[in-house]
Amino acid sequence: MADTDSLLAEALQAIKDSSDEKSLESLRVHYLGKKGTLTALLKSLGQLPAEERPAAGERINIAKIEVQQAIETRKSSLIEESLNAQLSSEAIDVTLPGRRQSQGGLHPITITIDRITSIFETSGYDVAEGPEIEDDYHNFEALNIPSHHPARAMHDTFYVSPGTVLRTHTSPVQVRVMEGGKPPFRMICPGRVYRCDSDLTHTPMFHQVEGLLIDENVSFADLKGTVIDFLHAYFEEDMPVRFRPSYFPFTEPSAEVDMGCVSCAGKGCRICGHTGWLEIMGCGMVHPRVLEMSNIDSTKYNGFAFGMGVERLAMLRYGVGDLRTYFENDLRFLRQFN
Amino acid sequence: MIFSEQWLREWVSPELETQQLIDELTMAGLEVDGATPVARQFSGIVVGLVESVEPHPDADKLSLCSVSDGADSFQVVCGAPNVRAGLKVPFAKLGAKIIESTDAKPFKIKKAKIRGIESNGMLCSSEELGLEESSDGLLELHENTSVGEDIRSALNLDDTSIELDLTPNRGDCLGMIGLAREVGVIARQDVKPLDFPLPKESIKDEFEVKITAKDACPRYLGRVIKNINLNSESPLWMKEKLRRSGLRSIDPVVDVTNYVLMELGQPMHAFDLAKLEGHIDVRFAKQNEKLQLLDGKEIELTPDTLLVTDASRPVAMAGIMGGIATAVSDQTQHVFLECAFFAPLAVAGKARSYGMHTDASHRYERGVDYQLQRTAMQRATQLLLEICGGDAGPITEAIGNLPEPIEVRLKHSSISSLLGIQMEPEEVRDILGRLGFGLVADDGEVLSVSVPSYRFDVSIEADLIEELARIYGYNNLPQTGGLGNQSLSSKPESHIELGQIRQQLVALGYQEVITYSFIEPSLADTLFPDQPGVSLQNPISADMAVMRTSILPGLISTLKYNENRQIERIRIFESGLVFQQSGEEIKQTAMLAGLVSGNKMPINWNNNKDLSDFYDLKGDVELLLALGLEPGSYTFVSAEYACFHSGQCARIERDGATVGHIGALHPAMQRKMGITGNCYLFEVELAPLQKRRLPAAGALSKFPEVSRDLAILIGSNYAAADVLANVRENAGDYLTDLRIFDVYQGDAVAKDKKSIALGLTWQHPSRTLSEDDINTIISKCVNGLQDKFNANLRN
Repeated sequence: MADTDSLLAEALQAIKDSSDEKSLESLRVHYLGKKGTLTALLKSLGQLPAEERPAAGERINIAKIEVQQAIETRKSSLIEESLNAQLSSEAIDVTLPGRRQSQGGLHPITITIDRITSIFETSGYDVAEGPEIEDDYHNFEALNIPSHHPARAMHDTFYVSPGTVLRTHTSPVQVRVMEGGKPPFRMICPGRVYRCDSDLTHTPMFHQVEGLLIDENVSFADLKGTVIDFLHAYFEEDMPVRFRPSYFPFTEPSAEVDMGCVSCAGKGCRICGHTGWLEIMGCGMVHPRVLEMSNIDSTKYNGFAFGMGVERLAMLRYGVGDLRTYFENDLRFLRQFN
Repeated sequence: MIFSEQWLREWVSPELETQQLIDELTMAGLEVDGATPVARQFSGIVVGLVESVEPHPDADKLSLCSVSDGADSFQVVCGAPNVRAGLKVPFAKLGAKIIESTDAKPFKIKKAKIRGIESNGMLCSSEELGLEESSDGLLELHENTSVGEDIRSALNLDDTSIELDLTPNRGDCLGMIGLAREVGVIARQDVKPLDFPLPKESIKDEFEVKITAKDACPRYLGRVIKNINLNSESPLWMKEKLRRSGLRSIDPVVDVTNYVLMELGQPMHAFDLAKLEGHIDVRFAKQNEKLQLLDGKEIELTPDTLLVTDASRPVAMAGIMGGIATAVSDQTQHVFLECAFFAPLAVAGKARSYGMHTDASHRYERGVDYQLQRTAMQRATQLLLEICGGDAGPITEAIGNLPEPIEVRLKHSSISSLLGIQMEPEEVRDILGRLGFGLVADDGEVLSVSVPSYRFDVSIEADLIEELARIYGYNNLPQTGGLGNQSLSSKPESHIELGQIRQQLVALGYQEVITYSFIEPSLADTLFPDQPGVSLQNPISADMAVMRTSILPGLISTLKYNENRQIERIRIFESGLVFQQSGEEIKQTAMLAGLVSGNKMPINWNNNKDLSDFYDLKGDVELLLALGLEPGSYTFVSAEYACFHSGQCARIERDGATVGHIGALHPAMQRKMGITGNCYLFEVELAPLQKRRLPAAGALSKFPEVSRDLAILIGSNYAAADVLANVRENAGDYLTDLRIFDVYQGDAVAKDKKSIALGLTWQHPSRTLSEDDINTIISKCVNGLQDKFNANLRN
């Protein structure tokens, strides 16, 4: 059976020389296919003497298996080679930057209002908004600030017409909500407010968040707790907080709230004017007259209100040095918050 | 208000250091704004007596003085023009130290030779002691001053000027008497009563006073003082107290009225009696009346202005400022002193309406004690006679409608329910009593008090509770854990929060900005000539004079601002109200607006540098519109607006109503505003954008989708949206997707034509669509396009 051996040797050589899966497949057909040369040998066994047939048959079968295995082995090494070639040809510099839009971002005032809002929302406060051009009644009268009240001088009001103003605070929103609903109320009112004042520490437009809670049996102790909790939550710091008597026509008692300076931990620095304290908000128990003007029974309900300047909170939180940069909208400034 | 700590301590002097006193005042609601020492830091300066003065042998302007410190005599060379024998002056002895400012090194007095003569010390001016900015001679001390005494104690210089920032409800603390009362309550110490010898009435002269405006002027006191000597000078102690209260010494009459103002909080005015005619009448101004004020300004008076007049003309703006024609001058011999109570409502806002603010108007607006006028008149008379001599007549008093005394009731239980503390009834009565409230009744449950005539801010129970809380100390009051909500609150799913819309824009690479709501009128006119805007009556500046009718001017200005700073790729947005006059009403609408300029993408190693165009912005806007889950309800209709490029502008409509627009900035505007880059803008109303359809899930079809492409040739003037609408009309119920995947205009098609390639996809819910089904639909679509647009299939 010299034919078998030479055919085997020829096949193994051809398999070894094959360079791709396609030629390997045609070798398999050539040797092992239905019409393949090794298959043909097997078919020609009948021509041999009967006593030689078993041995010759076994040798052909072994040769077939050997060829089969050689093809398999060659195939897997060819696959590996081609994968390797693909991988190395497709390698890239992964340190080059990605292909994308620029990074967008929110204005620091929005970030601050969102943060304040989310803190109060955990306690069930709703967010209310209202008009920025207000009538005199909602901006002043309904808040117990009659037309000749000296407190009006503190407001530096912009007038659109004699009875119409740019709101000087967001308190009129509270009045509108109280007029249109029934207690209990708990809400915060963020938004733009306007005062006719412009210097290093004032811009003619700025933002406030005011809060209002009206319910039965609300006490000054509840107000203190709410304000202190809020400041601790907002600044993520348990700084001391103190309440000073103050005056707002729409609250009685009224208080100014100071907190320990977050910049120097109360030791005294430039930011707190070397006092260790920062004036941070005003608050008080809602004046009974304000409730009555909004048709709320002041013998049954009472509550508290507080208000803070958003620019100031953002300044303290993010170290913004100059108030005016908020509205210049220099993108280099704004991108620092992205 | 500025006051002297030592002056306060003459009334009540708690054992508190200056800083402690300041803290206590602040924590009681009288906020201290600042505190400054009334003199420089120095030591070794005593009261010296100039025993003799001789000219310096070698210098015309210098003198040789012998100065005694009470024990020894020293030779001192002095250059002051007012040095003379017998004068008592501050004498800085050898070794004295003066610190000119906090950071400066002490200046030490040493033995010196001046023009060859030995000088053993220095005689001082008030400037050198830091009492005045400048002075032109030695500080002359009172003859009663004892020689050798340390000047700090002789002049009471260890004192602080304290500045209070009082809230407008506390007019009662705008005088030492009220401030002392407050400190007395804080420290629970009795306050020394005002005590002075009553002046003698030596003449009978009176000047008639009447009140026409009886509500506006409830009380007016006048007094004639004759033969005063205006050449006399106010005593040093008075000048010093005034100085430490921030008031300059002018002349004895002004100094005395200012002193009473500071001491009692009662404004007063002195007229030159010779210039008054007939009588005094307090009334409101008549039409076209004018008055020239002390400061020289001529004022046209409005009829709501309260005046003090004589028989012929206005002589003062009541409670604000006197007139110049009747003012006291150095020729004045006889004065008429005014001491009145003008009602807060009559004075409030008046000074401001004339652009003025005076010490008097500040106090009258807040309320002056209406029982104080007689005391103040006596005090001023006594001081004036002491300084200037003269003869005082009797007090003439006219009474209008005085305020009704107020009583306020306080339930003891309200204290604990409002403040969360138990306060002993005795303590309540003590605090209120020290504050001047009169106890009317207390049955153990309800306390009733009369409000003192100097408190205009107390009329209800809550006001009394505030007083108690203030004195008890806000920081001593308890606090609770706040009031949490007991029930869950719902948020409607049909409402898209503004925050989500903002986040979408941020994810698309936009930076939020906040621009002013008021803009430059010319910018508003140029960009939106047809929109009636809202102007401010008192803008802060000309370029912030009208309320914006659109957010776009702010965004364009922001683009310009950043272009000027070499930032060329810009994607910004802003949300907020815009304002339009609509008849009588002002419409305030919440809008969202955006602007892109520069390249589509940031410069990178692997992308081209294509500029953003209309479709980049439109794609972003479409994503916003899709948030409501009904993107199909919006249409973009070609439109023209003054601020936009006429060929690149669309109106955005929802259900036929305009909700916004989008487009390229008009090239003419671009040129006018000096914008160099490309600029695309959109602005949409927020309300429709925030409405969301609730999703409704349906069953998914199990049958295969079928897709066909159609390429048509169509007149180039037809809008793609119309083509899509036409196809959709004819494409049957099972059309699931329709899109344009190519638009071509160029050499391969006729000049006035364009080629549009459409991709259509169908899917039937319950069967496989057959070739025949699709062919029928396609031919319907083709026929439709042909009929409507004369469009042909492209080969």
